[in-house]
Amino acid sequence: MTALLASLPLIPFGAALVGLLLRGRRLPAALAVVSAAATLVVALSLLSLERLERTAVVADFVDIEVTAGVRATTATVWVAVTVAVVALAVQLYSVAYLHDDERYAPYAAQVSLFTAAMLLVVVSADLVQLLVGWEVMGICSYLLIGHDRRLPEAPRAAVKAFLVTRVGDVGFLLGIALLGVRVGSFRIDTVLAADLPAGTRLTVCLLLLAGVAGKSAQFPLHTWLPDAMAGPTPISALIHAATMVAAGVYVVAVLYPLFAATPVALTVLGIMAVVTMLLGALAATAQADMKRVLAWSTVSQLGYMTGALAVGVPSAALFHLLTHAAFKALLFLAAGAVIHAIGSNLIADAGGLRRSMPVTFVVTTIGLAALVGVPPFAGFWSKEAVLAAALHEGSGIAWVVYGVGVVTVAVTGWYATRLWLGLFFGPPRASSPHEPPALMRGPVVVLAVPAALLGFVALAPDFSARLGALSTTGPSPELGHLDAAVLVPLLASAFGVALAWLMWRRDPAADPAARLPGRGSFASAFYLDAVQDALVTRPVLAVSAAVLRADESGVGGAVRGIGRGSRGAGGRLALLHRAPMPRAATAALAGALVLGVGAVVLRAVL
Amino acid sequence: MVLLVVPAVGAVTAALVRHDLAGRIAGTVAAAVAFLATLPLPIGRGTRVDTGPALVPWHQVDVAWVPSLDLRFHLGVDGISYPLVVLTALLTLLCCGYTLWRVPDPGRGRLLVALLLIIEVGILGVFLALDLILFFVFFELVLLPMYAVIAGWGGPGRRRAARMFVLYTLLGSVLLLVGLVTVVGAAGTADLVQLTGTRLGTGTQYAAFVLLAIGFAVKSPLWPLHTWLPDAHTEAPTVGSVILAGVLLKMGTYGLLRVAVGVAPDAAQGAAPVLGGFAAAAIIVGGLVCLAQNEVKRLIAYSSVGHMGFVLLGIATLQPVGFQAALVGNVAHGLITGLLFFLAGAVKDRAHTGELAKLGGLRETAPGLSGLLGFAAVASLGLPGLAGFWGEAFAIVAALRTGGAYWNVLGVVAAFGAALAAAYLLRLLRRTTHGPASPAVLALDGPRLSAAELVAWAPLVLLIVALGLLPALVLGPGAAAVDALHGVVGR
Repeated sequence: MTALLASLPLIPFGAALVGLLLRGRRLPAALAVVSAAATLVVALSLLSLERLERTAVVADFVDIEVTAGVRATTATVWVAVTVAVVALAVQLYSVAYLHDDERYAPYAAQVSLFTAAMLLVVVSADLVQLLVGWEVMGICSYLLIGHDRRLPEAPRAAVKAFLVTRVGDVGFLLGIALLGVRVGSFRIDTVLAADLPAGTRLTVCLLLLAGVAGKSAQFPLHTWLPDAMAGPTPISALIHAATMVAAGVYVVAVLYPLFAATPVALTVLGIMAVVTMLLGALAATAQADMKRVLAWSTVSQLGYMTGALAVGVPSAALFHLLTHAAFKALLFLAAGAVIHAIGSNLIADAGGLRRSMPVTFVVTTIGLAALVGVPPFAGFWSKEAVLAAALHEGSGIAWVVYGVGVVTVAVTGWYATRLWLGLFFGPPRASSPHEPPALMRGPVVVLAVPAALLGFVALAPDFSARLGALSTTGPSPELGHLDAAVLVPLLASAFGVALAWLMWRRDPAADPAARLPGRGSFASAFYLDAVQDALVTRPVLAVSAAVLRADESGVGGAVRGIGRGSRGAGGRLALLHRAPMPRAATAALAGALVLGVGAVVLRAVL
Repeated sequence: MVLLVVPAVGAVTAALVRHDLAGRIAGTVAAAVAFLATLPLPIGRGTRVDTGPALVPWHQVDVAWVPSLDLRFHLGVDGISYPLVVLTALLTLLCCGYTLWRVPDPGRGRLLVALLLIIEVGILGVFLALDLILFFVFFELVLLPMYAVIAGWGGPGRRRAARMFVLYTLLGSVLLLVGLVTVVGAAGTADLVQLTGTRLGTGTQYAAFVLLAIGFAVKSPLWPLHTWLPDAHTEAPTVGSVILAGVLLKMGTYGLLRVAVGVAPDAAQGAAPVLGGFAAAAIIVGGLVCLAQNEVKRLIAYSSVGHMGFVLLGIATLQPVGFQAALVGNVAHGLITGLLFFLAGAVKDRAHTGELAKLGGLRETAPGLSGLLGFAAVASLGLPGLAGFWGEAFAIVAALRTGGAYWNVLGVVAAFGAALAAAYLLRLLRRTTHGPASPAVLALDGPRLSAAELVAWAPLVLLIVALGLLPALVLGPGAAAVDALHGVVGR
C-alpha cells in the first residue's frame, strides 16, 4: 500500500524526467499517455484503502526535522483518481491538439511533472513535502501557460500566474514555518494533534489562507486565473479542473481541525468565498472569449468550495471539488474542440454549431447543465450539498454564504445559457466547422459520464463519512439528502436560465451580454487588475528603480568618494613632501625635536 | 594535505609547460585528482562524544611551521567545512575543464588554469585551516590571483573592477588581520580547536567580533559593503565569475561561522540582531536592485547579495537550524550561481551583449541554452525540490524560531525577499527567453550547446536536483559539528 501510494507521484515524475530528455513526438506521446494510464491504474487499485500514514526523516536541521512520506484516506484516493483521470484525458487530448507543435515533447513532460506535483500534494504526510509539490505546480503552470509562442500575452500571463500565487505563498511558507517551529515538527499528523495557543493558531491559519487564496484563485489573489487562459486549452482544463486550483481547497480540508478550532479564520475564509463566488460569476457574464467565461466560472465555483469549508462542512467542499473537476475538464476540452473547429476563441465567431458538431454539442450541454446545477447532473448534487450545509449551519457567515450562493446560482444560470446559446444556436458564422479527431473526441465523451452521473455516488451509504474522514474523525453530515429547501436554488437557476433565454430570443444574432447593465465593469472584472497594477506592481517597480539608483550612487558613490578622497589626500601629502631643501631641513629638525620631547615626556609620565 | 599539494603542483606545471594546451590539460588533471581526493574524506570519521571539545576534525595534519612564533601548520576537515571543500574542488575542476574548450581573450589559457589552481589552494586552505594565522595567509593567497584573473581576462572595464576588488577586500583583510591578532594575542594561541569553546574576556570578544565580522562581511558580501561585487562579476571572465560567486564568497560566510562565532560567541550573541538586520536589508535591497537591473551578469551578481543575505540571516540567528540552513544555502548558492554564471557567460559570448533589452527570444534559436537558463533561474528563486529552497526556507524558520517581534519581522521580510527573487528571475527569463528573437539572438554564434559545455554543466544540474531532493547530503555530515558549535554559543 505504502509503495503504491508513493508511486502515485513517482510514476509521472519519472515520466517527466525522462520526457524532458526526449525529442520528437511518438516516443514522448507514448511515454506521457502510458505513465498517466499507469498512475490511474495505481490510483484505482488503492480505492479500498481506509487510512494510512508512513513517514521517514529526510532532512535533519538538528533541532527540527523534515520528514517525507505518504498519508491517505479514502478521500485522498478519490481525489487522486480524479487527478489521474483528468491528467490522462489531457494527455490523450494534447496528442491531437498539439499535432503540429514542435515543442510537444517538453510540453508533455511538463504536464507529467504537473500531475506529479499535484499528486505529491495529495499524498504528502509532511507540510514541507507538501510545499514542494505546491510550488512545483506553480512553476509548471508558469511553463505551460507560457507555452504558446504565437500569443504575445502568454509570457506576461505566465509570469503573472506565478508571481500572484507566489505572493500568497509568502504567507503559506511563513504559516508552515511558524507551525513547524511551534510544534517542533512538520509532520501533518503531529501538527494536527498539537495543542496550540489560540493566537498562534489564528496567525497560522490566516497565513495559510493567503497561500490558499493564491492557489485556489480566491479574492483578492484571483487575478491570475483568467489570464492563464493564454495557455493551450488542455492546460486550462488541467489547471482549472483537478490540479492547482483544487490544491488550495484540498489543503484546507486536510488541515481542517486547525481551521475548525479557529472561527475567525473561517469567517475570513467565508468572506473571501462569497466575494469570489459572486465576482467570478458576474465577470463571467460579460466575457467575449469562451475560455474566459469558463475561467471566471472556475473562480466562482471555487468560491462554493471555500464557502463549504467556511461553514464547517469540508466533505461538501471535497464533493464539489470532485464533480467540478469532471464537468470543468469536460467544458474546457469541449471548448478546445470548438476553438479547433472555428479557429477562434470568441463566442462571436461561433454560433449554430449544434448541427455541425453534434457530439460536442451534447457533451457541452451536459457540462453546462452540471455547472448550472440542473438535476440530476453532478453539479446539482454537490452545489446542493454546499448550500444545504450553509443553511443547516445557519449562523452569521453561513447565512451570507447561503444568500450569495443562491444569487450566484441565478447568475450562473444566466452566463451558462448565454454561452450555450452563443456557441450552438443562432446563425452559423464559421465556415464548415467539423468535429475534432477521435483522440480529442474520446476523452471529452468519457468525461461526460462522471459529469452526468457522479452526483449519484452521494446516495451511497458511507459516502459522506468517507469524504469527511480526510478532515475530521467525527461524523460528517449526509450529502445526498434532499428536502424542500432544494427548491430555492432550483428556482434561482431557472430564473437565470429563463432570463438569458428571453434576452437572447429578442435577437438571436446579438450577444445578450450587450444589454447587461454594468457590462463594462463585469467584462473587466471590476477593474481589479488595474487596482493591482496601481497598488502593487507599479510601486514595487518604482521603488526598485529608486533603490538601484541609491545603491549605485549612494552606497557605491560613498565608496568611490572615499577612494577619491584618499587619493586626493595622498596627493596633497606627496606635495608636502616635495619641498625645497631649506623647508625640508627645518621640517626634519622639527620632527626630531617633537619625537625627542615626546619621548622625554612619556618617560616622565610612565 | 594532498588536497593542497596537488593543485599547487598542478599550478606550477601548468604555468611552466611551454605548450598551451598541454598546460591546460595538466592543470585539469591536477584539479581532477584534487576533486577525487576530497571524496573519501568522510571515511574514518569518528563519532563525536558529547563531552569532547566543540570542534573535532575528522582528519587533521598538525606540524610546527614557525616555531619561534608558535605558528603551526594545522589543517583539518569536519562536517562544516567538508561540503565546501568538495564544492571548491568540483567547481575548480569544472572551470579548468571548461577552459580546455574555451579560453577567454587574450588567450594564454595555461596561465589562467594555473591561477585558478592557486586560487583553489587558497580557498581550500581557508576551509581547512585550523590555525588562525594560517587561515589568514590562505585568505590573502586568493586575492592576487583573482585580481590577475579579472585584470587579465576580463571585459572592457576590467582594470577598474579589479582594482576596486583588490582595494576593497584588502581593506576588509586589514580589519580581519587586526581582529585575528586581537584574538591570538588575548588567548595566547592561534589554534582554532583550542579557541572554539574557550571564553575570552567580553571586551576582547566584542572588539574581535566587530573587526572579524566587518572583514568577513566585505568578502561575503553583506550589504552595504557589497559594491565591489557587481563590477568584479560583470568584468570577470566566465570562469572567474563562477569561482568568485561559487566559492570565494563562501570564505566570508564560512569565516563568520567558524571563526567569528566560534571564538567570540558572547559577542556574537550581542551583535546578532544587528547582523540579522543587515542580512534582511541585503535580501530586500538585493532583490529590488535586481528587479531594475538591465545587464544579465550584474543581475546575477546582485542576486548573490540577496542569497548571501539568507545565509547570513541563518548564521545570525545562532540557532542550529540557522547554521544548517547557512551550510546548505552556501553550497546551493555555489552550485546554482556557478551554473547561472556559466550560462550567462555562454549567452554573452554568443550574442556579444548582456543587455536584457537586446536579448529576447532565446528559446526560439537556442532551446537547449534557454532551457538550462530557465532551470538555473528556477533553482535560484528557491523552488522547493531544488537546492536553493532549503537554505532560504530554513533561514526563515530559524528566524521565527528565535522568536520575538524583531526576529519575526526579519523572517517576514526575508519571506517577501523570496517572492522578490521570483519576480526578478522571471523578469530575466521573460526578457531573455520569451518573445520574438531579437537581432542579437538571431545572429547567435553557434546556438547549440557544445559537448564541453554539457560536460561542465551536467554535474551542477544533477547536484542541484540531488541536493534539492536529498538535503541530507549536506545536512548529514554537518549535523554533529553544528550541534557542537551551537553548544558553544548557547553556553
